Amino acid sequence: MAGAPSGPGGRNPGPGGVRAAGGDVARRAGAVPRGNGALRVVGSPVRKVDGLSKCAGETKFADDIVLPRMLFCKLLRAPVPHARIVRADASKAAKMPGVFAVLTGRDLPIPFGILPVSQDEHALCLDRVRFVGDPVAAVAAADEDAALDAVNAIAVEYEPLEAVMSIEQAIATPSPRIHDYGDEGNIHKKVSLEFGDVARGFLEADEIFEDAFFYEGSTHLPMEQHAAVAAVAPDGKLTVWSSTQTPHYVHRALAKVLQMSPAHVRVIACPNGGGFGGKSDPFSHEIVVAKLSLLTGRPVKVTLTREEVFYCHRGRHPVLMQIRTGVTRDGRIKAMDFKSCLDGGGYGSYGVASTYYTGALQTVTYPVENYRFQGARLFTNKPPCGPKRGHGTPQPRFALEVQMDKIAQRLGIDPADLRLRHLVPPDSLTAKTMRVGSMGLGKCIEAVVRGSGWREKFGRLPHGRGIGLACSSYICGAGLPIYWNSMPHTGVQLKLDRGGGVTAFCGAIDIGQGSDTVLAQVVAEVLGIDPCDVRIVCGDTDLTPVDLGSYSSRVTLMMGNAAIQAAERARELLAASAAEKLGVPVEEIGCGAGRVFDVGDPGRGLSFAEAVVLAEAKFGTLGTVGSYTPPPSAARYKGAGVGPSPAYSYSAAIVELEVDPRTGWIRVERVHLAHDVGRCINPVLVVGQIEGSVYMGLGEALMEEQVFRARRNGVHKNPSLLEYKSPTTMEMPDVVSYIIEDPDPNGPFGAKEVGQGPLLPIAPAVVNAVHDAVGVRIDEVPVTPEKVLKALESPAKRLGPRGVPDARWPEPIRVPTPWDAPVNSGARR
Amino acid sequence: MMRLPKFRYCAPGALSEAAAILHGEGPQAMVVAGGTDLYPNMKRRHQTPPVLVGLRKIERLRGVGGTPERGVRIGPGTTLTDLEENALIRRNYPGLWEAIHSISTPILRNMGTIGGNVCLDTRCNYYNQNYEWRRAINFCMKCDGETCWVAPGSDVCLAVNSSDTAPVLCAYGARLNLVSRKGERTIEAGEFYRRDGIHHLAKRPDEILAGITLPPGAARFRSAYRKLRRREAFDFPVLGVAACVRLDRGVVADARLWLGAVSMAPIEAIASRAALIGRPLADESIEEAARLAYPLAKPVDNTDFGLRWRKEMTRHYVREALAALRRGA
Repeated sequence: MAGAPSGPGGRNPGPGGVRAAGGDVARRAGAVPRGNGALRVVGSPVRKVDGLSKCAGETKFADDIVLPRMLFCKLLRAPVPHARIVRADASKAAKMPGVFAVLTGRDLPIPFGILPVSQDEHALCLDRVRFVGDPVAAVAAADEDAALDAVNAIAVEYEPLEAVMSIEQAIATPSPRIHDYGDEGNIHKKVSLEFGDVARGFLEADEIFEDAFFYEGSTHLPMEQHAAVAAVAPDGKLTVWSSTQTPHYVHRALAKVLQMSPAHVRVIACPNGGGFGGKSDPFSHEIVVAKLSLLTGRPVKVTLTREEVFYCHRGRHPVLMQIRTGVTRDGRIKAMDFKSCLDGGGYGSYGVASTYYTGALQTVTYPVENYRFQGARLFTNKPPCGPKRGHGTPQPRFALEVQMDKIAQRLGIDPADLRLRHLVPPDSLTAKTMRVGSMGLGKCIEAVVRGSGWREKFGRLPHGRGIGLACSSYICGAGLPIYWNSMPHTGVQLKLDRGGGVTAFCGAIDIGQGSDTVLAQVVAEVLGIDPCDVRIVCGDTDLTPVDLGSYSSRVTLMMGNAAIQAAERARELLAASAAEKLGVPVEEIGCGAGRVFDVGDPGRGLSFAEAVVLAEAKFGTLGTVGSYTPPPSAARYKGAGVGPSPAYSYSAAIVELEVDPRTGWIRVERVHLAHDVGRCINPVLVVGQIEGSVYMGLGEALMEEQVFRARRNGVHKNPSLLEYKSPTTMEMPDVVSYIIEDPDPNGPFGAKEVGQGPLLPIAPAVVNAVHDAVGVRIDEVPVTPEKVLKALESPAKRLGPRGVPDARWPEPIRVPTPWDAPVNSGARR
Repeated sequence: MMRLPKFRYCAPGALSEAAAILHGEGPQAMVVAGGTDLYPNMKRRHQTPPVLVGLRKIERLRGVGGTPERGVRIGPGTTLTDLEENALIRRNYPGLWEAIHSISTPILRNMGTIGGNVCLDTRCNYYNQNYEWRRAINFCMKCDGETCWVAPGSDVCLAVNSSDTAPVLCAYGARLNLVSRKGERTIEAGEFYRRDGIHHLAKRPDEILAGITLPPGAARFRSAYRKLRRREAFDFPVLGVAACVRLDRGVVADARLWLGAVSMAPIEAIASRAALIGRPLADESIEEAARLAYPLAKPVDNTDFGLRWRKEMTRHYVREALAALRRGA
């Protein structure tokens, strides 16, 4: 491990370590000196603030909302994958008993979409349907049965168009175009960037590796189906409750499509019964119930069926990849040429960002001296793909980490050592001019290597048993907002009550990850109170300051920083009035254990409530605000907006499994996952995110497939919880979590993300372990038993794609690396 | 959410009453026991019976009686959980117990009955979809349409018999008692299933499955059930192997081998039986039985997994099932 720069950089306070927390977490002696020794609430396993109401079944999800005189909405969805709408006649449905209103595309003609560059959706298809399941009409009726009967009475005449069902077909079929915008034909977006001189890098390399990989699409599968309720007040103001991760963007889309003043539209995000990225777009059904409510004057509710959730999708893009990497004999990456083709489905969604993300994070784990990325996203006649946990990065990470295993094998270097020898140093800039702050990957690798017994096992287990390693990194929030603006990405307001209670208002929304608890803990830490005394009001566009949403692993870092700022401002007010009362300088005032006290004589002080009363008497009504804007990126090139982040989390996974060489059947025995979370705010939540990520990663690695029957009118093959195969508790192996703390100067108390990153190394670690077990390379996921058996029977002992089709990429935009043209950033390479 | 179609629900307390209602209402009426299969199917509009005859109140249809020596009678309305917890079943009919234990999930076994599993509707991933999905393929032969999309040239529906208990009951030689207003009859389990995904049961719409009898010889078999599926819970079989052997001084005196979920009906591997009888249950005979069973499995592309691999697995699962019986020695 000599030369592994695994320690934190100079400006990082204190060493990190493995935190023991909870039964499944590896315990290590002498762990955790805390950087800021005085932390009381941060780092402790505080119970989730919404835990009891969830367990007691009291949490009100969107579908639990019942309002007087409420109507029920059903959507009619296209039965054809690609067609022009010749006629949509809802007159018969409108006259049916119990029906209050019907809508077709013409009633909502204004387009919307999550990205400003992809305003390509209509609440109901206007003149074209683009996949089986595209919504074309809607009904509001007195009950669900009446609504169902009525939507089925709407007559829609279609003129079929050729359906495009694959990456290859989309490139080969420029017309008919699925959309009349985009880079060319059915190519939605092409990206072509080169950092440094890749040709020169390959010349300097001792060995060149070229591999092709495929990562199948998968969907989020939240337990809670999407639901929304809309109601109009007598003054004409609209309220929409929705199971959404992004109330702010839904707010904007509603105002735009309904042509209402945003001041008259209120969006309340209900607690999400799982989101995983699948509730991050504004959706047809949210706009439709709002419109139906405006038309009828009654509340209108829609709850999607499970099948409809498969159609909303926005899940993992199927990605075909080719990766050419030139390395020196000791494994240093001189050049990497990465090509990706993304099967985007019928609409833009986040797809432009997804495309960039397939090339974004290759350079933040191991130094890549020269790097080229070419990506293309294709429109196809399938439900639109978008952001699923890891958004655009699990696919390239899979390719990179499996190729690293092949490189290690050919160079005769242990895969763990290969990575440890070539880690991006902390506090540095990568070839893409992305700034890495704290970088705990070395410690992550060491933790899983030691914990799993890697050194004794890798390459030494009996035939049929295998162990595999992979690593990854993920952003802690995107550096730029989705729509161009120079305002903060998040805001927190605090209100201090005379009784000692504190209310924290924030637009973020808890999707199960525990953001409400994190907010309570951060505020409680700064004010020195019990997190139980902090009330959270979140995700309500009328009541809470804007937070961009629960996506991009941004909430803990951004909301946490805003909360610290708001809480510190409140603490200043309390300290000022307490200092006056106690007759000590304000710097001598401390907050802790529910008291505001003289640091020099802690027995002298006030209760927190008394301090609030004093402060309110002195300053008037107590309220403070905090906000957060990420630091500007040093990168200056077209496309530089995707990838930069205030901080990067790191993960290392080791998977131990068994493969039955007679059947190809894989049984995963144990997963070791170490995650550099910067600073652990709540160890139970961190472990929960690690275990959830491992679970979801295993689903993608072993069985999940969002696939379609191209020759049967493009229908989804298995849109049900029974036949879309996702693992159950029975398939879930033991997970050993290792929490690595390498505090990042940009994180609140040093904290980084954990919601998405730990998913990324799972699929490549599985594939690498399968190779260790039976000697075959499965260069695509899911790794099904049939593929393993096929590879075992093949002469090359491999199964996977040959390469990517030629997407006619333009000449790359040439961008100098920071070491070619040093940027004035103060960071060292 | 998905909604049930409207129907009238009758809850007779006696079998004769239930038979009379069915007779009076005509072939559109259906019986329901646990409802774990029928109600989801009704939500997808596979069946839209105007009348449902609930069997839960009929005492006679529930419980386990008799002895292994003289034969055991199982009421078809007995829940799968009750049978799973029944010591007599577990001790004397391990193959049946394994099949029951593997069905779906504990929660669904609390509601589902063995009669429901015996009469389970055939399954196909062109059929087990909701109405809107099926409309997009212009429906299929089994329901509302003309074509079998699994094999558009086929004039018979290829939906799969996905019952876990069916192949085991066939292997035991179980007898099924059918009651209607016109009288009652008994049929061998092996005769009960037809290789037709639509008309898959030899049961008239007015007949009610009123009893399942395991004959006296059944308990003398060693038996095992092996099930291929993606996940250890929820999933229907994509291959089920029911194996029974009776050993006499180390030599196989009788053997039964049935394959489930690879066709519209359970299939008996007759040649495998011949390969086993008269020889010790050893590697060679097991291997030969597995080889002979393999060509009988003719899976088509209408369940989980690729059909080539599923067929390949037949050999392996037969081997596993028979090897399990050897271990019981």
